[in-house]
Amino acid sequence: MFYRETGVFKTTYATDMELFPLPLDKIGFAVCILFAFLIVPFFASHYLLVSIFIPFLVFSLAALGLNILTGYAGQLSLGHAGFMAVGAYATVVMYNRYDVPLPLALLGAGAITAVVGSTFGLPSLRIKGFYLAVSTLAAQLIIEWVITHVKWISGGVYSTVDIRALEFMGWKIDTAPEKYYVALVIVVVMALFAKNLMRSRIGRAWMSIRDMDVASEIIGISQFKYKVLAFAVSSFYAGVAGGLVVAVYYGSANIEEFHLMLSFEILGMVIIGGMGSILGSFLGAAFMTLLPIFIDLSISSISHNIVDLSKVFTPDLMANAKNMIFGALIIFFLAVEPLGLARLWNTIKDYLRLWPFPY
Amino acid sequence: MKLRWALVISLVIAGPMLMAGPAAAQEKEQWLPLLCYRTGPYAPGGSGLCGGFEDYIDLINLKGGVEGIKLKWEECETAYSPPRGVECYERTKQEHGGACVHHPRATGITYALTERATADKIPLMTLGYGRADAQAGGDIFPYVFPLVTTYWSQVTGKIKYIAQREGGLEELKGKKIALLYIDVAYGQETIPVLKTLAAKYGFELGLFPVPPPGLEQSAQWLDIKRRFKADWVINRNWGISCTVPLKEAARVGFPRDHIIGVWWCGSEEDVVPAGPAAKGYISTNFHGVGQNFPVIQEILDQIYMKGKGNLPVTRVGTVYYNRGVIEGIMTVEALRTAYKEFGAKPVTGEQVKWALEHLNIDAARLKEIGAQGFMPPIKTSPTDHEGGGWVRFQQWDGTKWVPIGDWVTPMKEVVAEQVKKSAAEYAAKKKEEK
Repeated sequence: MFYRETGVFKTTYATDMELFPLPLDKIGFAVCILFAFLIVPFFASHYLLVSIFIPFLVFSLAALGLNILTGYAGQLSLGHAGFMAVGAYATVVMYNRYDVPLPLALLGAGAITAVVGSTFGLPSLRIKGFYLAVSTLAAQLIIEWVITHVKWISGGVYSTVDIRALEFMGWKIDTAPEKYYVALVIVVVMALFAKNLMRSRIGRAWMSIRDMDVASEIIGISQFKYKVLAFAVSSFYAGVAGGLVVAVYYGSANIEEFHLMLSFEILGMVIIGGMGSILGSFLGAAFMTLLPIFIDLSISSISHNIVDLSKVFTPDLMANAKNMIFGALIIFFLAVEPLGLARLWNTIKDYLRLWPFPY
Repeated sequence: MKLRWALVISLVIAGPMLMAGPAAAQEKEQWLPLLCYRTGPYAPGGSGLCGGFEDYIDLINLKGGVEGIKLKWEECETAYSPPRGVECYERTKQEHGGACVHHPRATGITYALTERATADKIPLMTLGYGRADAQAGGDIFPYVFPLVTTYWSQVTGKIKYIAQREGGLEELKGKKIALLYIDVAYGQETIPVLKTLAAKYGFELGLFPVPPPGLEQSAQWLDIKRRFKADWVINRNWGISCTVPLKEAARVGFPRDHIIGVWWCGSEEDVVPAGPAAKGYISTNFHGVGQNFPVIQEILDQIYMKGKGNLPVTRVGTVYYNRGVIEGIMTVEALRTAYKEFGAKPVTGEQVKWALEHLNIDAARLKEIGAQGFMPPIKTSPTDHEGGGWVRFQQWDGTKWVPIGDWVTPMKEVVAEQVKKSAAEYAAKKKEEK
């Protein structure tokens, strides 16, 4: 009724090119942004900001990076945790040691990671699919090894470097809401950039490579240029996400944070959220980072308020039950909607287009 | 239809969340949040640690608590992963009147929490893991307590033990000691101390890194046996990679009683899978094994005989279980010291920090706890967050761990020198960061 194209007339090229053509989408997006900027930091507790919202934003950015590569350009990568590690250490080295201002340090971290990422992306010209995934696995292992063994980067045996107090042009970023704002601004800007990038010549080239690389090559799209570019842009996002992990989430760069499992988790976010969807990256990150915490809280609140589960089950079973529930939910959502949560949202939108009429 | 199902499921999950209210905090209860890892690759260790800790706290509560104050514990699952650990820490630190002490139970989580805990003034107790240089305490590491012993103290103890078997420290000259380590930060940690010792006593140190996860070590073992011709091997692995060296050593014919494992490679879970290949293998430890200690007997009587307990009764007395118990004892002793100083009411992290710096668990106190022979005496100070550093050795006889020899004291000077160097480096870096 309210959500439909009918009656929306596009009279200029500008309106035709809008990110959100439907008025309700525009309002929805604005509400989300206002909520994130004005409501969350003032009403959320320290715990919610530090352990829920900030990691959610950071991992969304990482998932977004991988989604550009896997969802849009069709190249698989299992090295994204490694790329995040490059960004993390690059940020901390530039910011601590060379006094690079924070925004430049993050951008620089992204740039360095882009260089590293596109180097490891070179094999994508020759190998595809699962084989490419395995070769990017090497990136993960090599990066981990280099960081733990080169003292200049990781500062010795602990491989842990704390970032010094955050500060930018006299503004001390030390409270949780301030850190949240830093993450939020970066994520919003980069998400909008990605959204627009996908509608440009580059985005279309990537999608053509994803859909059929032979055909796209024949119509004149340089495979070399666009595949390497996809790796570069994707690693840029991963690098900035890694930098944010250090700057606003953990406060230190530690190689154990960026292990292989994280690469799989980021890939999981992309698959569950929806390949080739900006929104999907956010939904997937929410699913993978927040749902385990949510299940954990639900179980303990059932224990406190309804029945004391710890009297019935052994602690080992309780701990593993959370994983089982989480696993079951992944299977459930993928069975209901193999194309990811973003597709679920599209189904809702299609339904709303007709509602309340049956056809 | 699909949508409706999704909605129903979400409601089932969300329902209890909405109903959840803050649990009422009671006056005379001290809140002890627990970071546990009962899932993930290291679950066999984590479940033992947490089970032992919880059983001991339950025992104390059964006996009326610490100075009349009951301890309220609850688990938070970290799966050994730093992000989950940080989330658990943030979630639990303000519940029920605030956390006063934390056991991160993972080196990665310790690193991630060091800064936060210092800012929040919550002491971290890291028994046998974490930063070895944090034993310097003072202004550099005010809130980190690697109590009982550290990797560095341990490695000097190991060299002492090898010397003892060889017939004296001077006999070490010309001997070959191989360090087989998993090639991550944890594995590399003792290299500087070993290098110092090698220079001091004239033995040759061979470094044999194993790429994680360390399931394949045959190349290293051929090297150790044929090329380097090691006299002794130090096994510094973790989790599943601890077992591999035993099988490999059997294959190349290296005597098992010349392999000395770190204490995270010295549990039943590490040797049983190797079968007969593990017989004779030696590892370090910083507490007793088995059930023949009054405190463990008391847990069996008071808790397991009544059909309670957090683990299957067969695991009581195993290495990881007893390590959980020693964590429990140290925590309770710290709280007891704090209550004596600040009055019998729930204490804050700052007060527990004071207590941890003034611990004095002597032989008489150990007897009262029922832990004589179970753990070494411990005496801490504001500049000694370790409190002794004694270790002991144990040998696998094919069915159980048998303690060998008496407690071994570390080479204090060597460790102190390394700690001073490392802590100064850390402090300098901190200053640069400020």
